[in-house]
Amino acid sequence: MCLQESLSNVSLYLMCLYLHFTHRYYVSSKTINKLIQVHDRIFCCIAGSLADAQAVTKAAKFQISFHSIQMESPPLVKAAASVLKELCYNNKEELQAGFITAGWDRKKGPQVYTVALGGMLLSQPFTIGGSGSTYIYGYADAKYKPDMSREECLQFATNALALAMGRDNVSGGVAHLVVITEEGVEHVVIPGDKLPKFHDE
Amino acid sequence: MSLTPLVYSQWMGCSWDFGSINVALEGLLEGGQTKTPKPMKTGTTIAGLVCKEGVVLGADTRATSGEVVADKMCAKIHYISPNIYCCGAGTAADTEKTTDLLSSNLTIFSMNSGRNPRVVMAVNILQDMLFRYRGQIGASLILGGVDCSGNHLYTVGPYGSIDNVPYLAMGSGDLAALGILEDRFKPNMEMEEAKELVRDAIHSGIMSDLGSGNNIDICVITKQGVDYIRPYQESEYKDKRQKRYKYGPGTTSILTEKIVPLELEVVQETVQQMDTA
Repeated sequence: MCLQESLSNVSLYLMCLYLHFTHRYYVSSKTINKLIQVHDRIFCCIAGSLADAQAVTKAAKFQISFHSIQMESPPLVKAAASVLKELCYNNKEELQAGFITAGWDRKKGPQVYTVALGGMLLSQPFTIGGSGSTYIYGYADAKYKPDMSREECLQFATNALALAMGRDNVSGGVAHLVVITEEGVEHVVIPGDKLPKFHDE
Repeated sequence: MSLTPLVYSQWMGCSWDFGSINVALEGLLEGGQTKTPKPMKTGTTIAGLVCKEGVVLGADTRATSGEVVADKMCAKIHYISPNIYCCGAGTAADTEKTTDLLSSNLTIFSMNSGRNPRVVMAVNILQDMLFRYRGQIGASLILGGVDCSGNHLYTVGPYGSIDNVPYLAMGSGDLAALGILEDRFKPNMEMEEAKELVRDAIHSGIMSDLGSGNNIDICVITKQGVDYIRPYQESEYKDKRQKRYKYGPGTTSILTEKIVPLELEVVQETVQQMDTA
């Protein structure tokens, strides 16, 4: 239903997403935002049922804020991912949503975690997810290099998204990318017609 | 250090029973002789858009029950608060009750806090409630309003998904209305142009969809206030009543009259003193 991808890098990290939410057999929104901010330097990409994903991220946002207030310091990305994992695992019968949690914290720097449908939590240097991800596993594995610069990362993500959107019928619309660094968060939006073209007639 | 909910026990105090009760009941009734009554659905066209001075909401006025039009002048634009109105599509009872509940909640909030509620607050309350019921409440809503942070238009789906959009159409006639909106919508439209566009969108829904029809209601919300125009445009296909169908007293002749006094005795008497000190 949507493609998500996150990359980890020494000093920055990036998250990108498609916007395309399908209901019945038509596109009910071309501009849905699937990158949800759960804390100052932690973002979440959503996939699956929109209602379930929005409800889970709402609950997670609350719990992460509360946790951060109790600890009197910004939360670790791992903590945020764990909160999502607990919610997904404990309610796995009723929920149908997967997440990629990514962000920056002072302890380990930039990190990427994937929380799958049943509640599995894994830390990876980069990850992809969603219905369109199946079309770009090869591309991602071949083109990823550790320690890419910010521009290389953005190019990698944009290319991957463009390729997946080109092949997956339920992905499309606008591509959202978020660059998270220690200094701050930058939101990059690329409309569908500005994405790189690969053998498109 | 424990991360898992320190304040709430499971899903933030949420229970999944609401969805399963309905499903269990349906199973019971299917097997037996009784059939669940067909709920009155507002096969509907509702639309909304954000313009320069505020938000314009529009709706048709037909409510259907199966293949019969149950209500020709149904009010689908519901009051939520002085600055927020909501169009509802789906099961008529669900949209009525949900919006009523929301309105009461927000009134209490306004009284407590002394300020008008924000649209995003209304949306969050709706999302929480509809998500807990797992889609059993068949209400698709368009919320529009003006608050201190600007003009907003939100859609809330029956499963609890929300989206913030500049223009929107929902209901069974949504595709027809959306075509008109997609073609002519521009950001920061003038008020009159916006009203015409919403009218045209609803009109196209009425023409192309069997579940929508009759009159068009428009609700304009601006910082200065609300203009609920009902009806904005009446249907051209109204039929005229052939006769007067009211009967004066004495139309039915009374043949016999019998009066039976009821013997009532006091069984129990309780007195509760009211403390008015």
